[in-house]
Amino acid sequence: MDKILKMMSQRIGLGLITLLLVSMIIAGIVELLPGDMCQEILGQAATEETVANCRTENGLDRPFYVRYGEWLVGMVTGDMGKSLANKREIAELVGVRLGNTLFLAAYAAAISVPIALTLGILAALYRNSFYDRSVNVFTLSTISTPEFFVAYILILFLSVKAGIFPSISNIAPDHGFLDRLERSTLPAFTLTLVVVAHMMRMTRAAIINLLASPYIEMARLKGLKPGRIIVKHALPNALAPIINVVVLNLAYLIVGVVIVEVVFVYPGLGQLLVDSVSKRDFPVVQASSLLFAFTFIALNLLADILSILSNPRLLHPR
Amino acid sequence: MADTDMSVATDTQVSPLVCRAATAVVYAFLLAVFLLGVGEFSPWVILGIAAVHAYAFIAYKYWSGLERTGTGDLVVAAVSAVFVIAALINWGSFSAYAWETFFGMAVVQGGILCVVQYWKTLRQAPPSAWFGLIVVMVYALLAILAPIVAPFGETSIVGSQYELWGAACTKVELCPPEAGAKQMILGTDHLGRDMLSRLIYGARNTIGLAFLTTILAFSLGGVMGLLAASLGGWVDNLTSRVVDILMAIPSLVFSLLILTVVGTSYVSIVLVIAVLDSTRVYRLARAVAMNIVVMDYVEVAKLRGEGLWYIIRHELLPNAMPPLVAEFGLRFCFVFLFISALSFLGLGLQPPTADWGSMVKENATLITFEDVTPLVPAGAIALLTVGVNFVVDWFLHKTSGLKS
Repeated sequence: MDKILKMMSQRIGLGLITLLLVSMIIAGIVELLPGDMCQEILGQAATEETVANCRTENGLDRPFYVRYGEWLVGMVTGDMGKSLANKREIAELVGVRLGNTLFLAAYAAAISVPIALTLGILAALYRNSFYDRSVNVFTLSTISTPEFFVAYILILFLSVKAGIFPSISNIAPDHGFLDRLERSTLPAFTLTLVVVAHMMRMTRAAIINLLASPYIEMARLKGLKPGRIIVKHALPNALAPIINVVVLNLAYLIVGVVIVEVVFVYPGLGQLLVDSVSKRDFPVVQASSLLFAFTFIALNLLADILSILSNPRLLHPR
Repeated sequence: MADTDMSVATDTQVSPLVCRAATAVVYAFLLAVFLLGVGEFSPWVILGIAAVHAYAFIAYKYWSGLERTGTGDLVVAAVSAVFVIAALINWGSFSAYAWETFFGMAVVQGGILCVVQYWKTLRQAPPSAWFGLIVVMVYALLAILAPIVAPFGETSIVGSQYELWGAACTKVELCPPEAGAKQMILGTDHLGRDMLSRLIYGARNTIGLAFLTTILAFSLGGVMGLLAASLGGWVDNLTSRVVDILMAIPSLVFSLLILTVVGTSYVSIVLVIAVLDSTRVYRLARAVAMNIVVMDYVEVAKLRGEGLWYIIRHELLPNAMPPLVAEFGLRFCFVFLFISALSFLGLGLQPPTADWGSMVKENATLITFEDVTPLVPAGAIALLTVGVNFVVDWFLHKTSGLKS
């Protein structure tokens, strides 16, 4: 137990250091601008006075480390400053949208994880059969298609032709849960199609890796059915890599939603990021990048910790 | 020597004549393209003529160096002849684009020479790999020959907004006189530009940029990875930590962040994506090289007093090649999708440059009228990445199969 605690605290410490360095990069990258933020936004035509005003307003007249410290403290306490474009509180803007993005990611995960695991186990069970090979080709194709291709095909068939789901997922805070679910079904389907392939392939590989081990041989000699061997004997031992790939795909779901959100005009964090990038609204870009990076690092950390926790050799040391 | 000669001779007679004659025809043809096609004499023409000489020399040398069969020679000669004849029939458009013709010829001949050389391996390749190879070849040719193949110009407006598929050219002054019945096979886009032409030019822009970026990412990541593995110590530690940090930020978000600051231009897109992508290459190159560095033959080379460069070049690189080549294909797909995604978001290649990602975005409204036009560029992206993936899958299967 001691060893596990030590390893876990090590990982968490490493994660925190990474997060700190990443926040430094995100804050520092704006310093790379020729001139500074104010000059960049106001353009060449701005008078000295307006630029100076803008600088004092945004606190640019102080050294970088002071501003960075304040920014970091603000991020942690929820005071994220104001947007340059519309002077609104960033925390307000980001809060609702982060909720929407998490909702979409959770919805997509709820569909994709069971499908991927089932398909993966079946492919391992019937490996090298026609089913396995066709699933292989299909997943290889979905991995390598752009998200917007999948999204527009779904729109064409499920929304325009069949009229089952709305093609635009405009969600307002006052929408009920079911309404939300219906409106975000197509984006969730798109994300599902994109991530299922990867999870399924990893599940299949993890199980097939184990099938050569002696205890599987033993179970087979005992006369167990192949399905039972895989579910009872192989799956528990393949859990660590499977959990790992599931969590990593969750990270992808939250971060990779950017394009899907833009296609479906879904009011999430990704849409906000893209809008702010084209408006060159630096504070919002920084805040949402940090949130994305935080989620990404946190989920990677979670994957790490779960794979330590699900490792039988570490859990039951001799 | 005598044995191989005998075995070749039993196939069909290999005559050096076919090879020589075909090379001479190609040489004369390319020379004519540069001399007759380009009106005035410029440094480019001189460079072109030099390139033709170099090309003819290299092609002949390579071709005659192969282990040849009569059938193989005939196939290469026939394919080259088809290209030359096609160019002679459409002499006007081919001779106007001398460099495109030159590189098109090089790709056609190079491709067919490779097919002939590796025929024994290729014959056993699964259909998916063949499909992938053909797709890659066709895309490469389209990208190179874009101005010759495309019916209209990249940015020329030839009709009104969103013409249907197969509509005839309406604005007469913009259509060539003999092409009164020239159709816009895929209709027009939101500004009245021909979709098919933009699709073909888009192949050149998007694939070219992705290819360049991948090469940069590989040079950077590969060299750093091999160096880290062979030097070890603090160099390895430092680069690995930097890469860890860079990989901790999701790459799309990171590149959006950087592009906000530096602005979107060809140079910044290529550099940003190349640097971010080189981290993945670094990881792989380092991991593969780490396994090789501990081998006895590397130890022997070190004891022999060979330098760092020699060890990387002669001991590490040849043995690390198969996984790196496969990774090149996968990275190319990734970069290609990445650039398309950026363009789709409006932050990649800027208009009026034709680009598949932005073409999808610009015409996306058509999908609500049950028009599949926006799916065509998206499908073009998907087809190429699927094709490359099939080839890589086969290649990986093959190289790993040979090892075990």
